[in-house]
Amino acid sequence: MLPRFWRKIKYRYDLVGSYCENCQSFFYPPRNLCPHCRRRSKIKEVPFNGKGKVLSYTVVHDAPEEYKDEKPYVIALIELENGVKVLSQLVCDPKEVEIGMEVKKAFRKYGEDGASGIIYYGTKFVPASHF
Amino acid sequence: MKVGIVSYGTYIPIYRIKVEEIARVWGESAEAIKSGLGIYQKSVPDVDEDTATISVEAAREAVYRANIDPKDIGAIYVGSESHPYAVKPTATIVGEALGVGNDFFSADLEFACKAGTAGMQMCIGFVKSGMIRYGLAIGADTSQSKPGDALEYSAAAGGAAFVIGKDPIAVIEETYSFTSDTPDFWRRELQPYPSHGGRFTGLPAYFRHVTSAARGLMEKTGLNAQDFDYAVFHQPNAKFPVRVAKMLGFTNEQIKPGLLVPYIGNTYSGSSILGLAAILDVAKPGDRILLVSFGSGAGSDAFSIIVTDTIENFERNPSVWDKIEKGVFIDYGMYLKHRGKIRM
Repeated sequence: MLPRFWRKIKYRYDLVGSYCENCQSFFYPPRNLCPHCRRRSKIKEVPFNGKGKVLSYTVVHDAPEEYKDEKPYVIALIELENGVKVLSQLVCDPKEVEIGMEVKKAFRKYGEDGASGIIYYGTKFVPASHF
Repeated sequence: MKVGIVSYGTYIPIYRIKVEEIARVWGESAEAIKSGLGIYQKSVPDVDEDTATISVEAAREAVYRANIDPKDIGAIYVGSESHPYAVKPTATIVGEALGVGNDFFSADLEFACKAGTAGMQMCIGFVKSGMIRYGLAIGADTSQSKPGDALEYSAAAGGAAFVIGKDPIAVIEETYSFTSDTPDFWRRELQPYPSHGGRFTGLPAYFRHVTSAARGLMEKTGLNAQDFDYAVFHQPNAKFPVRVAKMLGFTNEQIKPGLLVPYIGNTYSGSSILGLAAILDVAKPGDRILLVSFGSGAGSDAFSIIVTDTIENFERNPSVWDKIEKGVFIDYGMYLKHRGKIRM
């Protein structure tokens, strides 16, 4: 678990995705190869600005044990400004969320390996109206 | 060479709890506490927020407003007394989240509520010596308090980040520190909550160190209270900074824009520097600001800061007061859950 998380830190702490210079497509999580261009892929890593809007969402009431203290929580399908779609926790009151709502990235805790294990951090989203 | 604040960013968690709600649970008089401490409510972190997340959010705002390449940051210091790890620096998490790369000086600092200003002094030294181009100094806390203790009315969460470098929006013309071994507040290894010396935190601790640092700075610079347009002092409650301002010859008008504690509580390492950020939000070119932090144990860092013309083209919205006014109120049960005080 620890090395697996560590290898992806860069892409979880911030929205660092990939971009194909050949067909101008963006990907997140980043891809090593463009599925459209294949051998003509020209992939490079780029940071995304982290602004987007809610395409759809669901509210989780029956949460796994480690997320019990956050329920009910919102999982949203978010479309970023560059067209990339990201599935993420949206930290807000479930009564607040609606389709089309503007959101922005936020740096939050994902969880931890118990009281003596490591803490997992990463990107979630919050309503754009939250400062 | 003019070195100072190139940019700043702040973060205050959105949740608040009122003094009435805490007093209701512990059978105390909210009115007596409000008039005694001058605090009406305090900020509370979300269940997935801690000092690292607050530091990253404040630092992201500072770097965005500075419009600099994060790779030009050569030092990151995070001051806090609630670092998420006892061993493993918060600064490493901040550096990674900002995309600073691996080429930077770094450490976590701890000096009760003044670790953030200690980081600013270190960055000033690095920039002046030419060892780095920009330094990032952060003060942030999710401060701890034992349920039922007087500290529970004030211990809050928040932080501020400052990019230190050349061509600043505010020049740091001088800094001075006053330090002594004064055990007014402490937390022993493996203890979840701090202990304090009650009234001992006042005269021999807060007032002695804040006045000595401020007077030391004024002696060094030849300035007096009337030379400053604004002043901000560490804010463990609203009474102490108001009284110390009076002792040093400052008026209520000079400290008002930076006095945040009645509405967000004591954000510890973020306290005096969030107040400084609120003053920078409204300051005009030429304004001179006195900043004096205080860290129990004990010490104070004093700074004389002059705002430059560069601030006029600097993005200052959303302001600190905008963030303070955004609160969502929670009850004591939710507060306990947010602070991880419920044993499962």
